[in-house]
Amino acid sequence: MGFKTDYARVHGHGAAGEGSHHWWSQRVTSVALIPLTLLFIFPFGRALGGGHEVFVATYSNLWHALVAVLFMIAAFAHLQQGLQTVIEDYVPGKATRTAALLANTLFCWAFGVAGVLSVAAVLFRA
Amino acid sequence: MVQFSLPKNSQMRTGKTWPKPETGGTLRKFQIYRWNPDDGKNPQVDTYFVDLDDCGPMVLDALIYIKTKIDPTLTFRRSCREGICGSCAMNIGGQNRLACIFGMDEVSGDVKIYPLPHMPVIKDLVPDLSHFYAQHASVKPWLETTTNTPAKEWKQSIEDREKLDGLYECVMCACCSTSCPSYWWNGDRYLGPAALLHAYRWLIDSRDEATGERLDDLHDPFKLYRCHTIMNCAQTCPKGLNPAKAIAEIKKMMVERVI
Repeated sequence: MGFKTDYARVHGHGAAGEGSHHWWSQRVTSVALIPLTLLFIFPFGRALGGGHEVFVATYSNLWHALVAVLFMIAAFAHLQQGLQTVIEDYVPGKATRTAALLANTLFCWAFGVAGVLSVAAVLFRA
Repeated sequence: MVQFSLPKNSQMRTGKTWPKPETGGTLRKFQIYRWNPDDGKNPQVDTYFVDLDDCGPMVLDALIYIKTKIDPTLTFRRSCREGICGSCAMNIGGQNRLACIFGMDEVSGDVKIYPLPHMPVIKDLVPDLSHFYAQHASVKPWLETTTNTPAKEWKQSIEDREKLDGLYECVMCACCSTSCPSYWWNGDRYLGPAALLHAYRWLIDSRDEATGERLDDLHDPFKLYRCHTIMNCAQTCPKGLNPAKAIAEIKKMMVERVI
């Protein structure tokens, strides 16, 4: 228990000067994901179950590879931003929250970059 | 901070059932949250019976009936009795309402009354709103100007004045903020729907000269951006206002500064 006033507690460290970019970027990626998901899911669905050769044939096509890369960039960016919001909302405690935020960033970057590299490998090896 | 279960000393127990009035009228059952900071006991829910033939139609009438005729220790805030002071905000039948303008007939079954959710309780139905009021003060809810004050008045067109409709009517009852899950979890940093509605009321006042500074003060992931458009605020507001829309307008103003 301290003697800090309510006003001082509310004022805290002031405004961070951040948040708008994150909020706007979440909206942009969500809108971008509407056409990208549709364009990505059909060739991906067709290739599913067809084995390695069918996937290589699909993503050797520049158009399919481009859509897949854009989809993964938008999806992992959106996932990272969304999970960050959920963590900030629900994970209590400074240490746990910071750890969860770092894990989220690492996970999304790692899987996003791995996905992009996989498509690039197929495209450029073909 | 997120809490999905109540701490041990906050868990509610079944309280006392008070004797029924013997006036012979139609009785209505009320279950009311009671907590006394002085007795060291857990909160409890007491049961009262109100004679509807001897009582006004509003929930506040019933509370006054109970306090006057059954249990003078029941503690609650009230003042104007016409929905303009915001004192008697409480959770009635699962909804945050002003007891003075909420009719008993709007609740089906027993009338269950609790203090506003997720706020520290001072006693019975009286929550501690100090932090809520400090958040209101932090948005500087007054006219900020740099230009010398005119000799007569700051003029405002009829159209600009109309922009304040749906905002100035807020009576700061805290029904909206205390119904907001984001405010429950992060109320220490998130300003909440009421304070942000007031912030927007001053942001769009054509006479105000501090719009940029006001936006700077709100530009924060927690102060403003914890609003996820859950809309509980708009659903519960006893004055029919829409704080979620005001917050969305602030976000639009923020984005307009950068694109």
